[in-house]
Amino acid sequence: MTFKRLHPIALAAGLALVAGVAQAGEIRVMCYQDGVECDVTAEQAKRFEAQNPGTKVVIDVVPYKTIVEQLPVQLAAGEGPDIARVTNLGGLSQYYMDISANLKDRKYWDANFGATAGWLAPKPNDKGIYGFMSQLTMTGPFVNKTLFEQAKVAMPGPKATWDEWVAATTKVAKATQTKAAMAWDRSGHRFAGPAVSYGAAMFDAKGEPVIDAGYKAAVEKFVGWHKDGTMLREVWAGSGGSTYASSVDEFINGNVVMILAGSWQINNLNKKVGDNFDWAAVPNPCGTNACSGIPGGAAWVALKTSKSPKEVAAFMDFIASEASYTEFTGKTFNIPAHAALAKKGADYAGATPAVSNALKVFSGGVANLAPAAYAFQGYKYNRAIMLPTVTRVTQAIVGEMSTADAVAKISTDMTDAVKEAKK
Amino acid sequence: MGRLSFFFNLLEPLFRLAQRLLGTQKVAWLFVAPNLAVFGVFTFLPIIINFFYAATAGVELMPANRPYSGLDNFETLLKCGDYTDLSTCNKDIFWRAVFNTLKFSLLQVGLMVVFALITALVLNRKIIGRGFWRSVYFYPVLLSPVVVALIWKWLLQSQGAFNAGLVAMDMQPIEWLTVSDWAFFWTIFVSIWAHMGFYTLIILAGLQAIPKDLYEAAEMDRASPWRTLRRITLPLLMPNLIVVLVLAAIKAIQVFDEVFVLTGGGPGSATTFIVQFIYQTGFAEQIQLYGLAAAASLTLAAFLVILTLAQLRLSRADEMGKRER
Amino acid sequence: MAIVKMLTATKGRKRLHWTDVVSYLYLVVGLFVMFAPVLWLVMSSFKTESAIAQFPPTFMPYSQKSVPIEGRTGEFPLYNVPAASGGTQTLAQISRIGIVATMVDPAKPEEKIKVNIKDREPVTELEFAWGNYTDLFGKFTFGKYLWNSVFITVIATLITLLFNSMAAFALSKYRFSGQKAVYLLIIGTLMIPPTIILVPVFLVINEVGLLNSLWGVILPAVATPTGVFLLRQYMLTIPDELIEAARMDHASEWRIYWRIVLPLSAPALAVLAIFSVMWRWNDFLLPLIVLSQNEVFTLQLALNSFQGELNTQWHYLLAMTVITLIPVTLVFAFLQRYITTGIASAGVK
Repeated sequence: MTFKRLHPIALAAGLALVAGVAQAGEIRVMCYQDGVECDVTAEQAKRFEAQNPGTKVVIDVVPYKTIVEQLPVQLAAGEGPDIARVTNLGGLSQYYMDISANLKDRKYWDANFGATAGWLAPKPNDKGIYGFMSQLTMTGPFVNKTLFEQAKVAMPGPKATWDEWVAATTKVAKATQTKAAMAWDRSGHRFAGPAVSYGAAMFDAKGEPVIDAGYKAAVEKFVGWHKDGTMLREVWAGSGGSTYASSVDEFINGNVVMILAGSWQINNLNKKVGDNFDWAAVPNPCGTNACSGIPGGAAWVALKTSKSPKEVAAFMDFIASEASYTEFTGKTFNIPAHAALAKKGADYAGATPAVSNALKVFSGGVANLAPAAYAFQGYKYNRAIMLPTVTRVTQAIVGEMSTADAVAKISTDMTDAVKEAKK
Repeated sequence: MGRLSFFFNLLEPLFRLAQRLLGTQKVAWLFVAPNLAVFGVFTFLPIIINFFYAATAGVELMPANRPYSGLDNFETLLKCGDYTDLSTCNKDIFWRAVFNTLKFSLLQVGLMVVFALITALVLNRKIIGRGFWRSVYFYPVLLSPVVVALIWKWLLQSQGAFNAGLVAMDMQPIEWLTVSDWAFFWTIFVSIWAHMGFYTLIILAGLQAIPKDLYEAAEMDRASPWRTLRRITLPLLMPNLIVVLVLAAIKAIQVFDEVFVLTGGGPGSATTFIVQFIYQTGFAEQIQLYGLAAAASLTLAAFLVILTLAQLRLSRADEMGKRER
Repeated sequence: MAIVKMLTATKGRKRLHWTDVVSYLYLVVGLFVMFAPVLWLVMSSFKTESAIAQFPPTFMPYSQKSVPIEGRTGEFPLYNVPAASGGTQTLAQISRIGIVATMVDPAKPEEKIKVNIKDREPVTELEFAWGNYTDLFGKFTFGKYLWNSVFITVIATLITLLFNSMAAFALSKYRFSGQKAVYLLIIGTLMIPPTIILVPVFLVINEVGLLNSLWGVILPAVATPTGVFLLRQYMLTIPDELIEAARMDHASEWRIYWRIVLPLSAPALAVLAIFSVMWRWNDFLLPLIVLSQNEVFTLQLALNSFQGELNTQWHYLLAMTVITLIPVTLVFAFLQRYITTGIASAGVK
């Protein structure tokens, strides 16, 4: 029994066993969730199936890591789901499928999702429709109010600087014997907010990414806060390479007073913190130049690997409809990217005061976003800035290299990666 | 049994035919074909392709879409401004990984073989329940690397059992996995914990092959245990030990699974080893540099080939040595 | 005979020599070092989520007691609180705002007492959180991962036994030109660890269409050089006369292999089977790059991906880990004798 004999048998058996291959009329959706996004979508999918007999929608719930590490490789190999919920909007844009031809009402899409459509476009000025933002997110901090109360320290006001917050949280941590004052998500995307606040322009006059003095200042501050014990070491120092690590778990466990995460964690905090302590979102602290976070969000995108473009467009139409989007936003406690809904104001039924306040804070913070923040989010190769930042800053934190060397390396890694990607 | 006979009957005509066409001896080719085919497609072919990846640039997976770049990848990988200061290297993480791997291999192999030897010597004595004791050390070998890493991660995390012990003794808890030196120490420890049993058994088999009459003679000469060890046991065990050392070295250089789950290569790049560098460069980073990963792979391969050839040469020498005796 | 007796006695004396004491001590310490971590894992896997968060941790799984309160729905956690008159009293917590908890004495549910959260200490009882295990099958499509691992392990082992024994037969009972080269080639595979051909293997598997298929993990793994080596060594000991006799009876080569050599190699096949089960069950790197869709994850992959996601949910992670190590532990418990002799015979060579 030679290998050649085995191959067709293997395929047949494999196909029978691995439902990963979509049959005609079936669309596979690869979804990750911070809260209940995929669960809500799965319910909507069932309704869609009822309305469209003959089309089956399978929602694959995967860890965020899979979307980040394995989906790109799958797509590069010509494999992949029909639709995916992704955050690397520009980086994966070469794999997006234009569904505008199969959409029921293109004008509806342009009116409601036009503002962020540029983030999904493979080429500038591309008029195709490749998907839509499932949410608008903004990076920003959360604080443990209970610990502030216990320590009898007043929380800094809306225009407070990072230094003021560091001072306050350090006092709180000492008084309440909390492990550390602060932690930031191990993410270049999170880091970019304070970087911009400290004056990083992110891009030079030609539109090429650049690591300038402002970025360097932010790195120096951040490394300094690790060295003096302000920051919880485990989050950034606990991994190698550029692996993502969230600070939210340490926050939920009461190990830090304040974290830098983002609005997508609101639902997660609501569920997991429960009664343990009072938490709140606060406006982004200020640096020397701004008090900015970074906008973003996960988008539903149609992928070129799909074999059922019409069904994909139909499903996208369904979940992008105002009714579905309103339901999604209300149940997941996210900020809507839908223009009409944002104007009306979303109704978050069942939202605790903590949740509504948090949503208000984040929505309010949109006005404070620096232009560099928008440019950064929309840049196709922003991964080239974010990933080396995580790797090199960690090396500076653990003492493998000086901060100056680390910043220099971020710059060279970034230019190398962009060069390679453009080949 | 009936189904198996069916399977058997299916293939018999094929072989009879081959026998008639090729002659009895050449039928062997048919037997060895499936193995060779799998090896050819999934091992040999990828090696060839590796050379191709290493010689091309860009971020495309498909070889057809990759522009030729000659030795650029190797240059990027290996070039350093000043080889004594790693920060000047182009791919400083590669070099750190190389040095980490060398340091790790030397320490891990050295310590592990010493412990394996001691354990084998102990197990070689007349003890009650030898079968049981032998398997005690072997149990961790059976566990998967992910399980091994999680067991130790659970023990070593900042709120874990080890720190509980420290606090109970009125000492400060230690960040076992986020302090570079400790993290490195634990990768060695966990690796030894997980693999020692395997080599203990091999050394034990070697010990048991030493003729008993030599020990008897030593006993009659009133030789001390230490002298017996030095003059009889170790010299006769040396070939076996060398094989063990090389096997362990080959395995140590390829360390990845346990460490990846235990520390993720951190803190920083303190526990980043070569295979992780290859994995990171080719798969985990979001701008995949397949060419660079392939270049690093070939560098590693070259080193491993040398080691394995050394092992083959040494075991052949051992065989000849045995025959002469 | 007397000499043997002397050698096999404990240093020839009735009482224990110091070397014996040290030996047993070493073995006991070894037992502790090898098994205690696993035992700790198993005990911890039975703890509830809150019990896991306790520091310092206890060996046995304790969790906080809850009681129902008259006039209220649900159960409320019990705490020990210093009483105004000295000593402690046991109160149930109704709610908490900020740093003040509202508690009641379960016997006197109308009287509310305000307690600072710093002053309360949970009341615990022994509780085995079986839910950690049962939840897995509901919540995380765990059954699927289990099935994938089992399928890969069983099928790969069967194919490995078949292919490797055929190759070993060819290399041990035949003489043909090119035989040496083939043997060296197969052993040469030992020189090529999977780690260094990651990217091309991924490409090849993709090109033959086996990405995200369990077969993509099975097929590349079946041509194990160790297996061929092991079986060849054993088959060399099968007397050639048996085969010659069969040939003279006009038996086909396949019949000789199938009816004579294979059954006679049963002990070696058993050892290889055990090894193969162990290898395939524990496979990590190749499945990591080949299987990226959730439903084809093996247990090891699921464990790896969830350890990133479930950083706070150690209770599920630990339970998952325990389940993942059960099969290998069973193999170990029942078949350890075969394993240890198998390695010994391979190693001696």
